[in-house]
Amino acid sequence: MSVVELKGIGKQFDRTVALEGIDLEIEQGEFVSLIGPSGCGKSTLLRVIGDLIEPTAGTVTVNGKAARQARIDRDYGIVFQDAVLYDWRTVAKNIALPLEIARLPRRERNARVQEMLDLVELGGFADHHPWQLSGGMQQRVSIARALSFDPALLLMDEPFGALDEMTRERLNMELLQIWERAGSTIVFVTHSIAEAVFLSTRVVVMSPRPGRISDVIAVDLPQPRTAATREEPPFFELVTRVREALHLGHDRVEQAT
Amino acid sequence: MARLVGRRLRDWIPAAVVLVAGIVAWEGLIVAFDVQQFLLPKPSAIARTFWDDRSELWNAGWFTFQEALGGFAIGSGLAILAAIVLARWRRIGAAFLPFAIAANAIPIIAFAPITNQWFDGGITKSSKVAIAAALCFFPVLVNTLRGLTSVRPQDIELMHSYAAGELEIFRRVRIPTALPFIFTGLKVATVLAMIGAVVGEYFGGPLNALGVLILTRSRIFQFTEAWAGIMLACLLGIALYLSVVLLERLALRWNPSTSG
Repeated sequence: MSVVELKGIGKQFDRTVALEGIDLEIEQGEFVSLIGPSGCGKSTLLRVIGDLIEPTAGTVTVNGKAARQARIDRDYGIVFQDAVLYDWRTVAKNIALPLEIARLPRRERNARVQEMLDLVELGGFADHHPWQLSGGMQQRVSIARALSFDPALLLMDEPFGALDEMTRERLNMELLQIWERAGSTIVFVTHSIAEAVFLSTRVVVMSPRPGRISDVIAVDLPQPRTAATREEPPFFELVTRVREALHLGHDRVEQAT
Repeated sequence: MARLVGRRLRDWIPAAVVLVAGIVAWEGLIVAFDVQQFLLPKPSAIARTFWDDRSELWNAGWFTFQEALGGFAIGSGLAILAAIVLARWRRIGAAFLPFAIAANAIPIIAFAPITNQWFDGGITKSSKVAIAAALCFFPVLVNTLRGLTSVRPQDIELMHSYAAGELEIFRRVRIPTALPFIFTGLKVATVLAMIGAVVGEYFGGPLNALGVLILTRSRIFQFTEAWAGIMLACLLGIALYLSVVLLERLALRWNPSTSG
């Protein structure tokens, strides 16, 4: 059974068509990146999967049920570009937020939070407030929070977009390790070609006006990926393929208008 | 809390020096220029009267303080409730908000002589409580409403991703976001409550009210007594203000701008 199944998804905001004719299936344990120029609807598509935006056409199935039911069942965790931490809560309490809403008993909650803090290596910062952390640390808290209730699906909307290159590469490595350990399925929105290729098992290339899938590229680089992966020829070949697919999609739009 | 106060103590030294210097200068200038007592009494004379009349002043002060406190509690409480309703049902908010903002500009204190007639001819506390409450209402309403509606959209989106209900979002996001704004409103309200109570009493009230005491003493040329009453009104106003500041410090310990 696929974790995510999109059939004929379309989304119209007033008069602009944000998404059109999107079909996509994502299997258990996949790491799928959505890449495309701004305005191609990749963030909208992510929110459609998460039932934060309702599509105007098509059906979304998550874990074999309607997206709404999946949201109510808390089947996915979400990480936004901005960490979206609550300043009035400590790091530990921010991570505990979804567990509190799910009414998990306090003792279980605390144990779970501790586990997550260790996972993202922020054990010493449990009682800090978000504004006392760097951007990279804040994003790690946000990831810990998304993973805290052990969701089958992780939705990430340009989570490292606002970070510097060094931090981004380190967090890429950490994310891959977390993905391996947790065995979850990840849908990852990015506009960095290198990031998409390095992380993913599949890269979904999108083109704008209207937002469509223009190509799906399988990334067959060996697992686990390491720093060396970035320096090998197959990596560069895939980066080139994704880049060409992006340009192709772009040119098609230019010709049409 | 002890740490909170202790750390502040050293920060207060410059202000304390200015205060003492101000009082000394006041005293000195009155002696040097031989200022008439009815224009401005010496601080030492005010202090002596303050001590001599302490039981009468204390009674009057307590009476008026109760009015201010009651008005503050009722006005602020109603304002917070009203803000919650207006924030929750935007249509109602859109209909009422322009009036709330306009009402904020009304000199409510001008109604004092009339409210005295509405409530037992001004003999009981009710009329001053009403004035103080009306004065407190609008700044707290406007600030609370601003706080409740200044939640970032992504904060709400996150809660939606957890399938959190309206009440949950309200409790866990809107209220904490609004708290710094609410305290800003409450601090303004403390000052207004004291003004409302004292000025309300200028238009009539029982003899043991602070405003009446200040008014009657100045009419019979007991200016040091009147000044002692004014000083007490100031001290009570400051005490009310500081207790809200302390409450704010405790409630917003997470906030970098209050814990700093």
